[in-house]
Amino acid sequence: MKIERGELFAGRALLVALMAFTILPFISIFMTALHPSGTVPRGLEWPPDPQWGNFVAAFKVSQMPALVMSSTFIVLSVVPVALVISTMAGYAIGLLRIRGANMLLFLFVFGLTLPFTGIIIPIYYLERAIGIYNTPLAIPLPLIALYMPFAVFWMRAHFVNMPSEISEAARVDGATTGDLFWRIHVPLAQAPITSLGILMSIWTWNQFLLALVLVEDPTKRTMAGALGAFQGHYATDVPLLCAGTILILVPTLIVFVLFQRQIIMALLQGAVKG
Amino acid sequence: MMTVDNRPVALPASRRTHLNPRARREAFFGWLFVLPALLIYAVFVLLPFLLTILYSFYKWNGTGPMTWVGLKNYVTVLQVPNLIGTVSNAFWLVVWFSFIPVGLGLVVSSVIHRVATGRFGEIARTVLFLPQVIALVAAGIIWGWLFSLSGLVNQILKSIGLGAITRAWLGDFDWALSAVGIIGIWVLLGFCTVLLSTGISKIDPALYESARIDGASWFTEFVTITVPLLRHEVSVCLTVTVIAALAAFDIVYVATAGGPGGSTAVPGLQVYILAFTQRAVGLASALAVILMVLVIVVIIPIQRLSREESAQ
Repeated sequence: MKIERGELFAGRALLVALMAFTILPFISIFMTALHPSGTVPRGLEWPPDPQWGNFVAAFKVSQMPALVMSSTFIVLSVVPVALVISTMAGYAIGLLRIRGANMLLFLFVFGLTLPFTGIIIPIYYLERAIGIYNTPLAIPLPLIALYMPFAVFWMRAHFVNMPSEISEAARVDGATTGDLFWRIHVPLAQAPITSLGILMSIWTWNQFLLALVLVEDPTKRTMAGALGAFQGHYATDVPLLCAGTILILVPTLIVFVLFQRQIIMALLQGAVKG
Repeated sequence: MMTVDNRPVALPASRRTHLNPRARREAFFGWLFVLPALLIYAVFVLLPFLLTILYSFYKWNGTGPMTWVGLKNYVTVLQVPNLIGTVSNAFWLVVWFSFIPVGLGLVVSSVIHRVATGRFGEIARTVLFLPQVIALVAAGIIWGWLFSLSGLVNQILKSIGLGAITRAWLGDFDWALSAVGIIGIWVLLGFCTVLLSTGISKIDPALYESARIDGASWFTEFVTITVPLLRHEVSVCLTVTVIAALAAFDIVYVATAGGPGGSTAVPGLQVYILAFTQRAVGLASALAVILMVLVIVVIIPIQRLSREESAQ
């Protein structure tokens, strides 16, 4: 049966309206960013004399190179480590099914329900006690730990579905336990490891609370943490704030455009499995 | 050494006995493999979790001595309007962050399925998903500007003749919390839509075909096929979005900082303020414990709902 014209029109109008709702905020900050610094333009108004220099100014005052360095350092110190140890744990729990595997799984899954704000206080005092507060390790260590519930659960979900015949066959060919993991099962797990890596990179880049509480210097934080501080300083200079926000959004948006499919799939699978 | 065995019976023999040396070595390796993840998780998540509970029974300013006060912090949280108020604010946010995105997401995904099956629907999904990948802090800043006196929201209201109701939305006692809620819709609608769309694509197309042959309207299709068969996806959406609402921090911190007059304060933000600016660590911890319990209490029935239904 064909769908009536009226319904087609109404349905598509709804979709267009919601797309406008999603996109207009981005357009508004873009246009605002082009107004002279220090003015208060209207929400959606193309400036008579676009101030592209605002982006340069925001780049300088936000100390963008330092920010990018710091965020990249944090992502690089979190994601590889988290990937390796969660893959190992997921392998042991899902495929080797060691004694106590169910209990371990429960222990990790329990962490999925804990909001970061619930445990941030002791993390702060713990870091002061062991001397990593406000150091380059301040954000990565707890962040790796906070990713473990999701990451272990995710990798376990992959390994639990691997047929044991693969291991048995490799055993017959004389593979050791170490070979089995690194040469056979890790290469086979490339897809879930990649998705997990993309997800954790985005989450790290966007992590705010840990950055705010555990590192004092905004240029040594994550992108989101730095943006929070930037807002504090330039709240009154709307065009500059908008320009800074756009600069900080650009890397994420580029990653999204490049890996659109993987990111959407990964986030959805993550939600369904979680 | 006996094993506690709850695995399927049909496993290869080598896995069932733990007495042969290879199996024993494998068990040893297995624990070695879990150890790094378990250790860091224990130190930076499980230990802090227990410490939060411990702190909640003390009066402590973070540097001086700790004084045992029993349940007094919990009583204070329940009695002081500014503290218990954060919990009711969080539940009001659930309506915006969870019920509306999930409800609207159901409508949108079913509309896409009916009138935009091709490229247009694909583009719509991707566009709606966009806010999901940007930092929540950025979302807060963007909407902070949109909701301001000269921002886009008021500009649109004026252009459609509603100039009389314009205001600084995030600074308004009655409207600020709902305005924060709209930011939540913006962030979460795409996520729900895409997740529910994936669910619809798994429903047997024959069901829709036969319904359409019978001339079913969008609404009939929606009520009799889409909604009942998406229960699992709906419960996933609800779980994710309810946690986002109850544990909200970034958006509120940036957009309103809890103001005006605490009207948008949520538990996560209040924990931060109590612990790190007012140095009332014990009280903050009690509120943190209440928040964690709240999340679990709300999530369990949603999870059970989906499990019971999938068992049918």
